[in-house]
Amino acid sequence: MTPILDISHIDMVFPTPKGPFTALKNVDLKISKGEFVSLIGHSGCGKSTVLNIVAGLYQATTGGVVLHGKEVKEPGPERAVVFQNHSLLPWLTAYQNVELAVKQVFGKTKTKSETKEWIEHNLKLVHMDHAMHKRPDEISGGMKQRVGIARALAMQPDILLMDEPFGALDALTRAHMQDSLMEIQNELKNTVIMITHDVDEAVLLSDRIVMMTNGPAATIGEILEINLERPRDRLALAEDSDYTHLRSEVLRFLYEKQRKVENLASVKKSKAKKRNDKNQHHAA
Amino acid sequence: MSNAASITEGRDIKLTATSILNAVFEHGVKVALAPLLGILAFLMIWSLAAQNINTSLGQFPGPTDVWQQFGSLYNEHKAERAKATAFYERQEKRNAARVAKDPTYVPKIRAYTGKETYFDQIVTSLITVMSGFILAALVAIPLGIAVGLNSALRSGFNPIIQIFKPVSPLAWLPLVTMVVSAVYVSNDPLVAKSFLNSMITVTLCCLWPMLINTSVGVASLDKDLVNVSRVLRLPALKHVQKIVLPASVPMIFTGMRLSLGVAWMVLIAAEMLSQNPGLGKFVWDEFQNGSSNSLARIMAAVITIGFIGFLLDRGMLALQRFASWDKDSAAA
Ligand SMILES: Nc1ncnc2c1ncn2[C@@H]1O[C@H](COP(=O)(O)OP(=O)(O)OP(=O)(O)O)[C@@H](O)[C@H]1O
Ligand SMILES: [Mg+2]
Repeated sequence: MTPILDISHIDMVFPTPKGPFTALKNVDLKISKGEFVSLIGHSGCGKSTVLNIVAGLYQATTGGVVLHGKEVKEPGPERAVVFQNHSLLPWLTAYQNVELAVKQVFGKTKTKSETKEWIEHNLKLVHMDHAMHKRPDEISGGMKQRVGIARALAMQPDILLMDEPFGALDALTRAHMQDSLMEIQNELKNTVIMITHDVDEAVLLSDRIVMMTNGPAATIGEILEINLERPRDRLALAEDSDYTHLRSEVLRFLYEKQRKVENLASVKKSKAKKRNDKNQHHAA
Repeated sequence: MSNAASITEGRDIKLTATSILNAVFEHGVKVALAPLLGILAFLMIWSLAAQNINTSLGQFPGPTDVWQQFGSLYNEHKAERAKATAFYERQEKRNAARVAKDPTYVPKIRAYTGKETYFDQIVTSLITVMSGFILAALVAIPLGIAVGLNSALRSGFNPIIQIFKPVSPLAWLPLVTMVVSAVYVSNDPLVAKSFLNSMITVTLCCLWPMLINTSVGVASLDKDLVNVSRVLRLPALKHVQKIVLPASVPMIFTGMRLSLGVAWMVLIAAEMLSQNPGLGKFVWDEFQNGSSNSLARIMAAVITIGFIGFLLDRGMLALQRFASWDKDSAAA
């Protein structure tokens, strides 16, 4: 299959007060139509940076992103983003949040009744049709994330970008959301890039898992093909030897090849020191 | 067995009943009784203190004196209104009689020029404060949005805001008065100069809290919401209308509430200083008048001013509750 998205030799250098900081070095990835790709890696390695460059919210320092043969220069609805903390407009209901996106993208092509139908269809897809006239502060975290996904899906994007979409949810809700997402994916066959910290989530949902090395100058360490048959069932897979093997591959990459132990320890130490300093200040 | 169960159940019900009563009582104490006690204590201390303060205008007025003055202010108002109606009736009769005698006569209608009553002064002050406030809002909110959106504009405006914010608007009063009398010259003025002076002073003091709060609200817009807007490629105007404005509504209201509170205080002082019609002038006139009732009447005005200030604040709060999506920020 020919790739629809080409992330081509990207470097990202952030200017900081302490001088330039190279977050990404030579990130190179091609994604085919309908593929579900997970990005996994330790915190701060640069996953969000990659996603934001694809979204067009950041501009790569060198290299670039090509979608459907056209270079990405700015954000746009054909690369819909699901943000980690839902990012719904708190003054609008679930329906109105989706409506804002639909009107912006299809305002000229859809009639009034088609628009309404399309909004309701997408909310139904994420099982939010029962609460579509509630505002974000009236629904749970999982429901907010569902609405965020409905908003992104409603734009009919060429590629769906999700930055830890379930990161803020409890384990049970997260499992529900993963099942919902698989169900939707089964039906729509979207092209997806999803960032996650959760190894099981990555293996369960993905066609490919892209594992990133630790920063600075992070890059793609390994890519793991997940050839498990679809539809996938989390209970059946739990005993599946292929699944267990793939899972341990990812774990090995994260905790053997890209250990972060010393870093964590030094962070803890410096934090503890700071706290002590503060206490002493107070005492004085 | 079942008997025992029903007995304990019965006790449970009694227990919950008393606890509900307790809760209701506690709530009642907090909501109604405590404020009532507070007011009673204040009235007592006031009347005790008043008995021990002697001024050149006699004893300091206690609550009863002030209450009486409220009554006489109301009676004066009624008397004045009765005089006005009588005046218009007389005029109408006179005109009718002349027209009957001479059909070509065009009747002249003169307006009644009586003394402004206490209630007229209240209305004048209210109109002044609201006009000044609305004028300030019309300038400050759009400007605040522009300043909040544009960091260059923000750096440009910052020194001006920082320097003029701490200036008491009363310091502007002489300048405003001079400029108004120089610029606002018309044979048939739409509004009185004194009204303009007070109103512009109010505007000047309302401007800063609204400008600052609006621009801070806009500038601290959640980055994720900006990203949502960017992904949707909302055009600039739609971005302001759909994202920026609603997101900053809570802060805008905070600024509006702050400025209205300050404006009311400043207006009374401005009216006293410049003898512009309104409650402030009433206070000043009574002070100059120096009759035995003056202190009680001033005290009545003080209470009125406080009460109206309180109502203005509650009104803004109600408006905020109605208009703002963020009900938490609209808590008293
Ligand atoms: N705007 C920025 N300016 C400077 N440095 C940045 C900026 N954005 C990100 N970085 C740095 O780039 C590195 C990668 O950040 P990024 O947010 O992409 O990590 P991440 O993998 O998404 O982490 P997490 O899993 O915690 O979300 C970090 O060291 C971060 O400090
Ligand atoms: Mg991130």
